[in-house]
Amino acid sequence: MPGLEDLYREIILDHYRNPRNRGELEVPPAHRAEGFNPLCGDEIVVFLDLDDAGTVTDIRIGGTGCSISQSSASMMSAAVKGKTVAEVEDLTKAFKAMMSVHESSLDAEGESGEEIPDEAALAAFEEVKLGDLEALRGVVKFPVRIKCATLAWNTLAQGISEAQESA
Amino acid sequence: MTFDAQKVRADFPILEREVKGRRLVFLDSAASSQKPTSVLEAMSTYYETINANVHRGVYEIAEAATNAMEGARIRVGRFIGAPRPATEVIFTKNATESLNLVARSWGAANLGPGDAVLITQLEHHANIVPWFQLQAEKGFEIRWIPLTADAQLDLTDLPRLLDGVKVVALTAMSNVTGTLTPVREITAAAHDAGAIVVLDACQYVPHLPTDVANLGVDFAAFSGHKMLGPTGIGVLWGREELLDAMPPFLGGGGMILDVRLDGFTPAELPAKFEAGTPPIAETIGLHAAIDYLEGLGMEAVREHEVTLTAHAMRTLTERLGDKLTIHGPAEPAARGGVLSMAVDGIHPHDLSQVMDEHAVCVRPGHHCAKPLMKVLGVGATARASFYVYNDTDDVDALAEALADAASFFSF
Ligand SMILES: Cc1ncc(COP(=O)(O)O)c(C=O)c1O
Repeated sequence: MPGLEDLYREIILDHYRNPRNRGELEVPPAHRAEGFNPLCGDEIVVFLDLDDAGTVTDIRIGGTGCSISQSSASMMSAAVKGKTVAEVEDLTKAFKAMMSVHESSLDAEGESGEEIPDEAALAAFEEVKLGDLEALRGVVKFPVRIKCATLAWNTLAQGISEAQESA
Repeated sequence: MTFDAQKVRADFPILEREVKGRRLVFLDSAASSQKPTSVLEAMSTYYETINANVHRGVYEIAEAATNAMEGARIRVGRFIGAPRPATEVIFTKNATESLNLVARSWGAANLGPGDAVLITQLEHHANIVPWFQLQAEKGFEIRWIPLTADAQLDLTDLPRLLDGVKVVALTAMSNVTGTLTPVREITAAAHDAGAIVVLDACQYVPHLPTDVANLGVDFAAFSGHKMLGPTGIGVLWGREELLDAMPPFLGGGGMILDVRLDGFTPAELPAKFEAGTPPIAETIGLHAAIDYLEGLGMEAVREHEVTLTAHAMRTLTERLGDKLTIHGPAEPAARGGVLSMAVDGIHPHDLSQVMDEHAVCVRPGHHCAKPLMKVLGVGATARASFYVYNDTDDVDALAEALADAASFFSF
């Protein structure tokens, strides 16, 4: 039985209490993307500065959400700042792999068994360093909360692709 | 003591189970209620003894199945005070389908440019989105009845808002704030203005004595699963003269009088609106659910819920103080047993997660009422809702879990 301590790790609560890169950037030159969690109505806004070389030179996070979505957004902002779009894409894939539940752990009874991360999917991104983001690994044991953790990442991906299209 | 919740609890097998080693505290009946043994048994008895498709077979068990389903229709109609139960009660799969039926059939036939549909800001998406969908095709105007600060309908401007309106989409009780609305008053005003009233009675029929003829509305929609019955069965009640004049909604078997090479003639009511094999066992389960509720008495059910709601509002406020907001009317008699809670600085998702550790089942989210959430100025709430099997132990567990959640996140 997963316990609350698997979900609410200290580092997560720290990012929730003291979110990094909160705020807005001027649009344009920055790009703005909005993401919704249809389950709980949470909303995340990502402001993004990309330079000509395709590096994320600055990022700000707005919106409201639960501790998981807010801390994930905060950690993400810290992790992607200064990275190239290609690096951000790898990081996103690695993070999403960590957030994907291995099918065999969803048993037919519908009882909450032990959800295990999809190790095979994760192994493909072994060389990507997740750092603080590792703390969110426990979210997989609470499947309804996975969308909270991935909301910021999906919004970032949307922002990057819109920025690239408009460039 | 007119109402014995302990005795009621014993009729619900699921309430005997433990979750995380604790007593299951089920406070999410506004989403879907639990089912008593009598409902489960009625459905399995149907499958074990008279299972057959309805309306066509001439053999004995098919006739028994048909009689059971038509008996359920009459029972449902009597329960809500329908003047003509045999023709006016339409079985659907849920309230959502019932409301879509009204929009797609009555709405499509009667609405056009220059008309308006008036919707309250309390509505569930099920009484909003079908009107938006139809608006895209028919080009009428959509207007909103605003709310007061305590989430009651603000009727100050009603006469002006009703000008040119053909449909009023009205909930009898909000699934978020528990607000009870003045259905009779609004319906009288709507009729004076030449509009019909489509009542979302999803949260009302399960909890209060209901008399659609007395309320005066034109249509009422509700779901079996929120009133101790099974999922997969909903009801649309409508005034016979309106239903008679409406075109069918879904087409197929069962809803026709005749099909020729050049077209079809629809069946009479209620078959006209019941295309395909109906949820037979579910109508029988709903019948048993209504028997159960009437055994308790709907007046007694309402009284029990007002008492519990008042106790909960007092207990929670004492325990959490200013940190706690309970959205909606402050007066328990003005609301149903639904408490949408906010605790300062803590997201409802996080609150509910910690409460789950106490086996307290509450629901975080927008409760399919995003326009209302916007008016309340929140993205989500944590909602606890009461029903016949809840008691003061459940309220105490709720207070304990909420206080624990609040301290878990207090920094
Ligand atoms: C007020 C209200 N209207 C409509 C619905 C929709 O009911 P169903 O999902 O059974 O169609 C609900 C339940 O979620 C509700 O609470």
